[in-house]
Amino acid sequence: MKKGTLKQILLITDGCSNKGEDPAATAALAHQQGVTVNVIGILDDDQTEQPEGLEEVEDIALSGGGVSQLVYKQSLSQTVQMVTKQAMTQTLQGFVNQELKQILGPNQNLEDIEPEKRGEIMEVVEDMGETCDLEVLVLVDTSASMHDKLPTVKEALIDLSISLNARIGRNRFCIFSFPGKRKDIQKVFDWSPKLDSISTVFPKLSSGGITPTGPAIREAMYQFGKKGLLRSLRDEDEPGMEEAWN
Amino acid sequence: MKMNQAWKKHGIDIKPGTIISGKWHKHRYVIKKKLGQGAVGSVYLCDRNGKQVALKISDKSTSMTMEVNVLKSLKKVQGNRLGPCLLDVDDWEFAQNTKYAFYVMEYLHGETLSSFINRNGDEWIGVFMLQLLDDLERLHQAGWVFGDFKTENLIVLSSPPKVRWIDVGGTTQIGRAIKEYTEFYDRGYWGFGSRRAEPSYDLFAFVMVFLNIYYPKRFDKGSQPKSTLFKRLDDVKQLRMYRNCLKDALLGKYKTSGQMKNEITKTLQAIKSSRKSKRRAGKSVSKGTSFVEAGGIFLIALFYYLSSILLL
Repeated sequence: MKKGTLKQILLITDGCSNKGEDPAATAALAHQQGVTVNVIGILDDDQTEQPEGLEEVEDIALSGGGVSQLVYKQSLSQTVQMVTKQAMTQTLQGFVNQELKQILGPNQNLEDIEPEKRGEIMEVVEDMGETCDLEVLVLVDTSASMHDKLPTVKEALIDLSISLNARIGRNRFCIFSFPGKRKDIQKVFDWSPKLDSISTVFPKLSSGGITPTGPAIREAMYQFGKKGLLRSLRDEDEPGMEEAWN
Repeated sequence: MKMNQAWKKHGIDIKPGTIISGKWHKHRYVIKKKLGQGAVGSVYLCDRNGKQVALKISDKSTSMTMEVNVLKSLKKVQGNRLGPCLLDVDDWEFAQNTKYAFYVMEYLHGETLSSFINRNGDEWIGVFMLQLLDDLERLHQAGWVFGDFKTENLIVLSSPPKVRWIDVGGTTQIGRAIKEYTEFYDRGYWGFGSRRAEPSYDLFAFVMVFLNIYYPKRFDKGSQPKSTLFKRLDDVKQLRMYRNCLKDALLGKYKTSGQMKNEITKTLQAIKSSRKSKRRAGKSVSKGTSFVEAGGIFLIALFYYLSSILLL
C-alpha cells in the first residue's frame, strides 16, 4: 500500500493581520497547492466569545480548507492536537468524497449514503488518518501581544508531538515565526520528527510590532517545496493521496 | 475532549415534545429532556413507542459515524455488556439542507461514581475497582482501549450496584493513537508515557478516576507532575490500602488489567488475613475494631462483586 503525505500549516495567532495581502487569499492559494491551513486564535482571559480582530481566523481556515478554533490559552494543548487531527480527517474525507462523486455521481457525498455504509467508509478514512504521513508547519505569531502566551504555545506544541507520534504514520514538524527580522517569516526549528527539543529555541523568540499574516502564509507554503531533507517522503508522495487507500 | 465551552458553538437545543423522525429507518422519537452535552453532540432522553431511550444528536456527522462504529464493534465482541446497547442510527432532516446525525442507545439510569461512594461508603471502592478492571480486561482482550476513561463516562446502576460505561466514543484499537482524552486522566499530560493505545493507558486513567472522587475539583500538575501526583495519592486516606497497586498502575507496571485485578484482590485478602492473625494474637480492642472494619470492607466488596457477576 502506498501512503500519501498530508501537509498542513498550523497558524497560531491572537490578533488581526495588519500588513500585506489578505491572509484568506494566501490560504486559498496554499489550499490549491495541497496544503491545508488551520488556524488557532488565542483569546485573552478577559475576552469573550466574539473578540474583535479574531474574525479572520475562521475565514482563513475556511479558504485554507482547514479547521479553526478560538481558545483560551489554558486549553491550547488539547485544541492544537484536536484541530490538527480534525483537519486530517476533513482532508481525507474530502478525497473520499471526490472518489464517491466519481462512482456515484456529482451530487453524492458521504452524508447522502445510508448510515451503515457511511460507517464502513469512515473506517477507511480513520485507517488512512492513522497510517498516513503528516507534515505540519507551525506558524507562530510573535507580535508584541503574544509575548506572554509563548510559553503556553511551546507546551502545546510539545504536546502535539506526543499526540501525533502515537500514530502509526510518520510525522515531520517545523516551526516558523512571523514577523521575521527582515523577512516575513523566520525559521525557528527545522523539519524534524519530534518537537521535544524546542525548549531551547523558544526563549529566543523576539516580538515585533506588525502582523503580516497573509505574506507569512504565502512564505510558509513555499517551505513544503524546499525540502531537500524530505526527498524520501516526497518521492513516496508523488502518486498522490488517491493511492493511499487502494 | 473537554475544552473551554464558552466560545464553542452551543449544542443543538431541541425543545421537549419535539418529534425526531429518522430519514432512513423512519423511527419516531419524542424528546423528553436533555441529559448531557459533550464535545461531539447532545444527548436527550426520548420516548420510542413508550420506551425510554437515549438519543445522541450532532451536526458532526463524521465523529458520530466513528462513535457508532465503536459501539458496533463492541457489540460484536461482548454482547452489550461493555457499552450501552445501540438501537438505531439515522439522520434527522428537519429542514431543507439541514441535517443532523443521530444514534439511539439504551437509557442507562443511575448516579455518578462519586455520589454513590459518598452516599454508601468507601467500602464500595474495592467493588467498583474489581468490576471496572474486569470490564477493561474484556475490552483489552478484544483488541480495544477505552481511551477517554473518566468519571463522567461512568455511571452506577442500582440493584445490584454495577458500574457501567456510558460514553465509549474514545475507544481506540490497540496500537493506534488514542482518539480522545481528557487532560487530567491522560498519562501523556502528566509525563507518564505516550498516547499510544495500550492497556496500561487505561490503567493510568483508572487511577485518576478514583483520585477524582476525592479531588472533585481535580488539581494542576505543577512544575513536578510526577511528585505532585504521588503526593496527592498519598494524601487520600481512603485509598491508602490500594496505594501500592495504584502507584504501579500510574507507572505503567501492569501490562494487563488482569494483573492489576490480581494485585487488588490480594490487597483485599491481606486485610482479611491480617485481621484473623491479629485477633489470634489478642490485640487491643481499638485496633481490633479497625481490622474488623477493614475485613468487613473486604467481605462486602467480595459479596457485591460476586453478586454483580452472578446477576448479569
